[in-house]
Amino acid sequence: MTGHVSPVDGWDVGRQHLGSRLLLGTGGLPHLGLLPDLLAAARPAAVTVSLRRTSSVREGGLLDTLGRAGVPVLPNTAGCTTAREAVLTARLAREALDTTWVKLEVVGDETTLLPDAVELLSAARELVADGFDVLPYTTDDAVLARRLEDAGCVAVMPLGSPIGSGQGVLNPYAIETLVASVGVPVVLDAGVGTASDAALALELGCTAVLAASAVTRAADPVAMGAALAAAVEAGRLARGAGRIPRATTARASSPVTGRVVP
Amino acid sequence: MHDPTVTLNGERVPLPAHPTLVTLLAGLPGGLPTAGVAVAVDGAVVPRGDWDRRPLRGGEAIEVVTAVQGG
Repeated sequence: MTGHVSPVDGWDVGRQHLGSRLLLGTGGLPHLGLLPDLLAAARPAAVTVSLRRTSSVREGGLLDTLGRAGVPVLPNTAGCTTAREAVLTARLAREALDTTWVKLEVVGDETTLLPDAVELLSAARELVADGFDVLPYTTDDAVLARRLEDAGCVAVMPLGSPIGSGQGVLNPYAIETLVASVGVPVVLDAGVGTASDAALALELGCTAVLAASAVTRAADPVAMGAALAAAVEAGRLARGAGRIPRATTARASSPVTGRVVP
Repeated sequence: MHDPTVTLNGERVPLPAHPTLVTLLAGLPGGLPTAGVAVAVDGAVVPRGDWDRRPLRGGEAIEVVTAVQGG
């Protein structure tokens, strides 16, 4: 690949045009007061929220903070284990937040938090038919990603490693294969532990990265937000620059001729 | 026999005197939610504009949700 690649060249997902290649989750932040500084440092393209039962809604809460920051809100269906639950949660999110996109999560169990491929695909089809821009949280399986794209999803969000594990991209080969297999944006979701993980995801060809725990559970969430913002830019530039092939032997970078021989 | 209760976010509560969605929601601790809230009855979303004309029947399950911090 040659040509100029700007780290701020923007990208489209469904009906949204986004700038930054970083999306942030808000779950796990020690207190909401950190959020404005975090948003200023990380400048995310969007911020995810979850839907939960409420008996009263106070002003000055999460949505007010996000609204003041002017950052797009991407609702998720976290906690859902069936297509039926996820579809209802997505519809509630659309009504509550006046959004048309959804990060679709349907997990198989509460221990591994791994996606349930069967329920996920079923929910994706139903939500696409209902007019949603669907961004499914999925495994690093390229064939499933293609199925989700065929179902009309506007992006796929493969895990690098389990949610909240901070193990980074455990199978770079699978992510690279997945990127080559689909035409929609690939947003690495889950597993990012620190900046280099995010940079690697972009180097492997992912369009963007979503990080939650890596930031919200860092010792200094605001500083980690800034680090991830720099990392996705570096990774994007490196992807465009074209890395050298890995070699098993050394190759001198200085001229081999004209050396001083006493 | 007529069931005089509905399920609100998983808890059984008595049907209000004039049993519509809006009278039930007005009885929430914070009063009628203003924004950022969505409601479903028996698994179907009821748009905000329809709250005042959605009658409630005994035995129905109402979910009231809002956005919270999440990944």
